[in-house]
Amino acid sequence: MRFRARSALPGFGPALSLTLGWVGLIVVIPLTALALRALSLGPAGVMASLAQPRVFAALRLSFGCAGLAAAIALPLGLLLAWVLVRQHFPGRRLLDSLVDLPFALPTAVAGITLTDLFGPNGLLGAPLAHVGIKVAYTPLGILVALVFVSIPFVVRTTEPVLRNLPPETEEAAATLGAAPWQVFWRVVLPALAPALLVSFGLAFARGVGEYGSVIFIAGNMPMVSEIAPLLIVTRLQEFDYAGAACIGVAMLAGSLMILGALTAVQRRLEARG
Amino acid sequence: MSRALPLAAAVVIVSVLFLLPLGTVFAEALRHGLAFARDALAEPDALAAIRLTLLVASIAVPLNTAGGLAAAWCLTKFDFAGKRAVLVLIELPLTISPVISGLVWVLLFGANGWLGHALAAHDVQIIFAVPGIVLATVFVTFPFVARTVMPLMQAQGRAQEEAAAMLGAGFLATFWRVTLPDIAWALLAGVLLCTARAMGEFGAVSVVSGHIPGVTETMPLHIETLYNDYQSAAAFAMAACLGLFALVTLAVKAALEWRLGINLDGAR
Repeated sequence: MRFRARSALPGFGPALSLTLGWVGLIVVIPLTALALRALSLGPAGVMASLAQPRVFAALRLSFGCAGLAAAIALPLGLLLAWVLVRQHFPGRRLLDSLVDLPFALPTAVAGITLTDLFGPNGLLGAPLAHVGIKVAYTPLGILVALVFVSIPFVVRTTEPVLRNLPPETEEAAATLGAAPWQVFWRVVLPALAPALLVSFGLAFARGVGEYGSVIFIAGNMPMVSEIAPLLIVTRLQEFDYAGAACIGVAMLAGSLMILGALTAVQRRLEARG
Repeated sequence: MSRALPLAAAVVIVSVLFLLPLGTVFAEALRHGLAFARDALAEPDALAAIRLTLLVASIAVPLNTAGGLAAAWCLTKFDFAGKRAVLVLIELPLTISPVISGLVWVLLFGANGWLGHALAAHDVQIIFAVPGIVLATVFVTFPFVARTVMPLMQAQGRAQEEAAAMLGAGFLATFWRVTLPDIAWALLAGVLLCTARAMGEFGAVSVVSGHIPGVTETMPLHIETLYNDYQSAAAFAMAACLGLFALVTLAVKAALEWRLGINLDGAR
């Protein structure tokens, strides 16, 4: 097999060398350094490092909150996507743009803003505290921040699929006597399932690693509300590079495995059609 | 009725989760008036943070624009073995935690890193200095330009470039005269998204910066310092600057999508 198909276009060699050089320098070498540093402890050392109660609690919190937040974002994002695709109303463009806000707003800005809003004296935090719900400086605050960053992933992944699903299928189901929830459950949801899986995976991966929008609102109590990325920062400050690398590798491996598994399921669902 | 309900729910979600925080940024920034916000931004440390942020963005964005265009050129106009692997590597920084994006550079260049001793022997400082901040920013903003221009270049096919090549145009002429005019707007959007992310990056930069006020603090890091120092209004004044830039980015992206009739989904 030839390395590349014949082409009349110029510039392949230089462009590919530049790309590979750039990717190698910026992505491959640093990530290799991460893996090697963690493995310098040996497999048993890595496991021992991850089994420390504080490390284990941080990883459990990060993965748990990311999964829960992605699960909460699924119905909310799906609703937004459905409204954006199926309904025409004044201000639709504005709504459409606002959905991208968590992508565009720097995480530190989102972090201090959510903390302000949900803090004990905040616009939303004060009434919630009045009914006994404490959001800021608790794991619930982490959840709020992660739902905020997760929603756009769901909207932007399901939107194109909804657009390709003709409204007539929903109308046909309705005329045949299906109740609205039946239309949704039996017609819309199966068509969207692959996209929903992928968006869950993307939101989850983002949530596991999220730092800036979380650390202000989290409270950062070890064992209770200390997320894994923050523990990496702490380990680095203690010059425990190998410990930091272990947590990093565990986070990366966990989110890539889940992303990979969900993509595989998505392919099978789509192949079954 | 059944159509109004979802719309109302959508409006509530967007208002509470997106519109309310956005309003809060500007309301808190202006809590003590415009003059206070202006003075807060004119503090020496604040000015130094703004300058550093602009410096870092002005290095990282051109580098990633060149790298992204090169990647887009060979990935969309040619077929070769290992293409998927290169694509995966380009997208990888998007799924990696910002903290890990900073951590990798500390592992390479930090005091206890692979090259730490060699660097110290030659008196070169990368971590806790500006070069480290640039490296972390380049890593994080790496995929944006390539991701935004690639769908368009893919959709355009290769016929026009092939015609140009047949007529004797070299690589630069083909790219400059044939490819670039068609992707100019998408490229602009990609550069803008890349710039917004470069200026707003927090986690990765936080790990490598060392937080020295006036020296290695970018705008997002200075926001953290001010906020933790109970200077909430000053923190929000700086946050409002970044928020304003984010809004401009969103507006330009929306305008371009409307004009071109396509989705420029490079934002994540």
